[in-house]
Amino acid sequence: MKDSSTIQTAVRGAVGTGTPHESAPKHVSGKAIYLDDMPVPADCLHLAFGQSEKAHARIVSMNLEAVRAAPGVVGVFTHKDVPGVNDVGPIIPDDPMLVADTAQHVGHALFIVAATNRKAARAAARLAKVEYEELPALLTVDQAMEAKSFLMDPYDMKRGDPEAAIAAAAHRLSGRIYVGGQEHFYLEGQSALAIPGEGDEILIHSSTQHPSEIQHSVAHVLDVPLGAVTVSCRRMGGGFGGKETQGNLAAAAVALVARITGRPAKIFYDRDDDMVMTGKRHDIRIDYRVGYDAEGRIEGIVVEQALRCGHSWDLSPAIAERAAFHADNCYYLPHALIRSYRCKTHTVSNTAFRGFGGPQGMVGIERVMDSIAHATGKDPLEIRKLNFYGPMGATERVVTPYHMTVEDNIIQDIVAELERTSDYAARRAGIREWNRNSPILKRGIALVPVKFGISFTLIHFNQAGALVNIYTDGSIQLNHGGTEMGQGLFVKVAQVVAEEMQIDIGKVRVTATNTGKVPNTSPTAASSGSDLNGMAAADACRKIKARLIAFAAEKWQVPESEVRFRPNVVQVGAEGIPFPEFVRIAYQARVSLSSSGFYATPDIHWDGRAARGRPFFYFSYGAAVTESIIDTLTGENRILRVDILHDVGKSLNPAIDLGQIEGGYVQGAGWLTMEELVYDGKGRLTTHAPSTYKIPACSDRAPDMRIVLWSGEGSPEKTIYRSKAVGEPPFMLGISALSALSDAVAAAGDYRSDPLLDAPATPERVLMAVERVRSAQRC
Amino acid sequence: MTDEIAFLLNGRKVSVSDLPPATTLLEYLRSTSLTGTKEGCAEGDCGACTVSVGELRGGRLVHRAVNSCIMLLPMLAGKSVVTCEGITGPEGQLHPCQQAIVDTHGSQCGFCTPGFTMSLHTAFQAGTETSLGAINDMLAGNLCRCTGYGPLIQAAREMHDAPMPDWEVRRHEDTAAQLEVLAKGGGGEFTVDGQTCMLPATLDELAEACERFPDATLVAGATDVGLWITKRFRVLKTMIFLNRIEELRQIEKTPAGLVIGAGTTYSDAMEAIAGLAPDFGELLRRIGSRQVRNSGTIGGNIANGSPIGDTPPALIALGATITLRKGAVRRRIAIEDFFIEYGRQDRQPGEFVESIFVPRPAAPQQLRCYKLTKRFDQDISAVCGCFNITLENGRVGEARIAFGGMAGTPKRARAMEDALHGQPWTEETIAEAMDALARDFTPLSDMRASSRYRMTAARNMLRRYHLETMLPLEKTRLVGAGAGL
Repeated sequence: MKDSSTIQTAVRGAVGTGTPHESAPKHVSGKAIYLDDMPVPADCLHLAFGQSEKAHARIVSMNLEAVRAAPGVVGVFTHKDVPGVNDVGPIIPDDPMLVADTAQHVGHALFIVAATNRKAARAAARLAKVEYEELPALLTVDQAMEAKSFLMDPYDMKRGDPEAAIAAAAHRLSGRIYVGGQEHFYLEGQSALAIPGEGDEILIHSSTQHPSEIQHSVAHVLDVPLGAVTVSCRRMGGGFGGKETQGNLAAAAVALVARITGRPAKIFYDRDDDMVMTGKRHDIRIDYRVGYDAEGRIEGIVVEQALRCGHSWDLSPAIAERAAFHADNCYYLPHALIRSYRCKTHTVSNTAFRGFGGPQGMVGIERVMDSIAHATGKDPLEIRKLNFYGPMGATERVVTPYHMTVEDNIIQDIVAELERTSDYAARRAGIREWNRNSPILKRGIALVPVKFGISFTLIHFNQAGALVNIYTDGSIQLNHGGTEMGQGLFVKVAQVVAEEMQIDIGKVRVTATNTGKVPNTSPTAASSGSDLNGMAAADACRKIKARLIAFAAEKWQVPESEVRFRPNVVQVGAEGIPFPEFVRIAYQARVSLSSSGFYATPDIHWDGRAARGRPFFYFSYGAAVTESIIDTLTGENRILRVDILHDVGKSLNPAIDLGQIEGGYVQGAGWLTMEELVYDGKGRLTTHAPSTYKIPACSDRAPDMRIVLWSGEGSPEKTIYRSKAVGEPPFMLGISALSALSDAVAAAGDYRSDPLLDAPATPERVLMAVERVRSAQRC
Repeated sequence: MTDEIAFLLNGRKVSVSDLPPATTLLEYLRSTSLTGTKEGCAEGDCGACTVSVGELRGGRLVHRAVNSCIMLLPMLAGKSVVTCEGITGPEGQLHPCQQAIVDTHGSQCGFCTPGFTMSLHTAFQAGTETSLGAINDMLAGNLCRCTGYGPLIQAAREMHDAPMPDWEVRRHEDTAAQLEVLAKGGGGEFTVDGQTCMLPATLDELAEACERFPDATLVAGATDVGLWITKRFRVLKTMIFLNRIEELRQIEKTPAGLVIGAGTTYSDAMEAIAGLAPDFGELLRRIGSRQVRNSGTIGGNIANGSPIGDTPPALIALGATITLRKGAVRRRIAIEDFFIEYGRQDRQPGEFVESIFVPRPAAPQQLRCYKLTKRFDQDISAVCGCFNITLENGRVGEARIAFGGMAGTPKRARAMEDALHGQPWTEETIAEAMDALARDFTPLSDMRASSRYRMTAARNMLRRYHLETMLPLEKTRLVGAGAGL
């Protein structure tokens, strides 16, 4: 029996506590091992890619003599060396691993150089003499739309009769907004290491959000069974969607070289190569036509979204679909047509990026809100509130353009609370007053809400597995299909296990994600990580607990209800047995201390053909107020203050969630303000390094940033401990930064002209918008 | 003369003799299993590779945060390098700066964290920076894609209150003692893999080396040369490193102005230059990041001849001169004459920039510098305009105006100046002078800005100068000491 004074009332690291990231002490002391830090065998080869210098060109010839002869080079490999399928596309095989015939973008991989060190490989890769026959290249959305260059047919989501509704409406407006793409800029570049094993076996270490996808790519390229390939990922130095499919090429390359040479092979992309060769967030052109009533309530809308997908599918159909799913954001669109064009261009194939098209869709409707407000002379917040979906419990104004009923809407409550805590109305009035007396600097403010659908819209991805092993000293190893990219998934799922088993989190060790431990995993994406893997881990724990309870009830002859897991102690009747002792007894009685766990999200379905269904298990909500200031002489701008209220249900870990919210906001604001991808007329990315592509730095964070978690009842759906997903939704809070800048630009023209500001709102775009509103004012 | 580079690495002396002089410190660290320091960009822009480099300055041990990815090994001769692995206690206790990051949840993916740790660690030793502006400056060269920076700002504040650990006090003393010995040795000349490296210790030795190897690459902070190596794979056969020449790092203050040794880093020059003209000081603050300013030099910014270097427009506006030296022969020229055309400067083979004379303006505020970038910190100018205008009785006396980013070289705006000389300081004059700028420049379009934007913004800079003579800075500026935000 334990002395009562030492009995803990709660385990350390329980669900709901702000437990630090499991690797934090290792991060700060350099002991966290990333792929490039792993010790490699002495005979390891280091790889680099030879890349196309043309956007669209037939490869007439490749002279690789100089590459082969360069110092340190051990081998050069082309598509002819691929034993299996020369493809790394995740959905359809339209993404050649190495170009066989026609290069489809600048940076397209032509060949692989293997050398004794990385520098030698990179230097040698530039020595190829490639003869190109240049073909016409389509580089932009406008060019692709003009040429009707699509990867697939345009796709519609439709409800009601939007044309008739627009025609019948009291007021109409239409417009267009361009929104730029975004480079992920994970701090750790793409990387992979292959260790050849016996026969056809191979072990791949990969910096990937999707180990199973890596396994598939490698198996296809090598023409071996999936069972011969094991993929492991301990952690990534950032992912943000950029490592959902973009690691395929890196992994396939190291696997190929390891297979052919019998030596370990590694690649760690140089930053410039990474930025040129990997896909990004889709840039988009959105055209809208909307009809609304005298108050500003939308009656009918047609939205046409044209996304630049690049040269191949990658994940573009699903991304474009999610853009369409979020063309409504929080607003009820009684009659709506959302048309989606998936433009094929001769640029890098764009890919997943936090929000997965959702942010692009939402920027469109937020522009519509701002424009209606301008046309009606009202506060944009009034227009937004007028158009919200009906609140939870309502039966009117609750159906989306894809025919799903919104059942959990709490945006009215969140916005009302944020409006109050941010002092929105008074500040807005104060800003207008301030602007009157400030000839050069102008301020703006905007409150923008967010509703984001949670679930993979590819239904079968909504499953997860976990493996929990308890050892005879009471320590636990936890493994699941989710990957750690910094988002704190490992600590959250460890908290679930600590809570379920009532063991201090220090006893729970999370191990590298490994396809040999938990197979057939889904990507860690769509904000689903803790929802899916937390549930799977809980399932594993519950299975073990059920066995242990049955065992204890029989051994100690007590009813099962009297076997209870207390902090670090198993209470059997009146006796408290320390957990290590208890599991040792169970082991000696031949009770299994290991279990897999499984979870499949219930109640979701989607008919893509009919564009109808319930694709989302639930929605996450939030809202942000951003106050910005612009310099009307140069267009330079800053964010001054941000207030955020965001719903994460009952938080598994408030510290981690606040970190996701702040990081998401800053990344979203960066996308819409300063991060600019510039291609030249030949399709070459000219912003291919941090010297030219600017993500937010420390001083770009608002000096005054107030983030609060919504203290509601928790998720109405049966999620893990009633928490809600947090990875992506806060990204879209950054849209308020664009609207705030628009408001500031409007001030430069005395609010007489709609700024129609495109994104990213760089100083240049802001200045041009200022000039536009001022010249309109003079006319 | 020795044929090795000796320095302290986390307190222990290491000697390197078998690596080419173009080896970066980051490559070296990672090859010795010190993999905590990361490669994020290999061009000095992300800060994941930040380490602390210490040296004795006037008998005092001073640490500076630098980017190890573009620092070359010979630059470390006689110095001390500290990495994130080298700051924990003897029993593995976290240093207060490390503990603060853990406590504030300041690491997410953790890849940038070692760099942040070392920026914080370096600042911890100075112990002076707690205002938001100072912390933003401290961390401007460290990019984080996960956190949004809030927790790291908090960590910078929290560590500030912690006492310096005993082990660190002891290590400091030990490092200082070891450097006393080490700093005296080192240097000389050696060749590895066909690359020759010279480490002159005096100006005379430098002059001699330059004459012997007139085509040698002179390396000061390597904030540009480093990229030739990591990104362009250039093989530099002969490199002359300037870091051991104390005479090249002197700043002499005279009533007439400043004489700045060409090897003076931006960081070391900042205080003196800000005293001369606050706006020039603010311009220096916005060059690169702290890591870049701790390495890069004023002389390098000039000699490199870039059209988008930020000090040349300010120096031209102030009427600065530079002293060039070849052998024993010195000549002094106006800095604006140094820049002949894109890629060509008035520097003979074997000649080097020795010092810069910066005249003191009659009134510190008459020089105003406007740096225009996509991001305020750690960004290269799309346009940098520097205006040195004297006003007498409501009229323009002298006007010296120079721009970077508007032509193939940093260049004076003569037509704009002419439109101002002797004219009344009125909106009409300003409007005419703005129009005159079209006769001075036809800027190009690139990834930083379009030609049209460059021209519009450059014109508007004169308008800002005019307005700033009437309005307080907090009504005209978004950043810098004058901004009221």
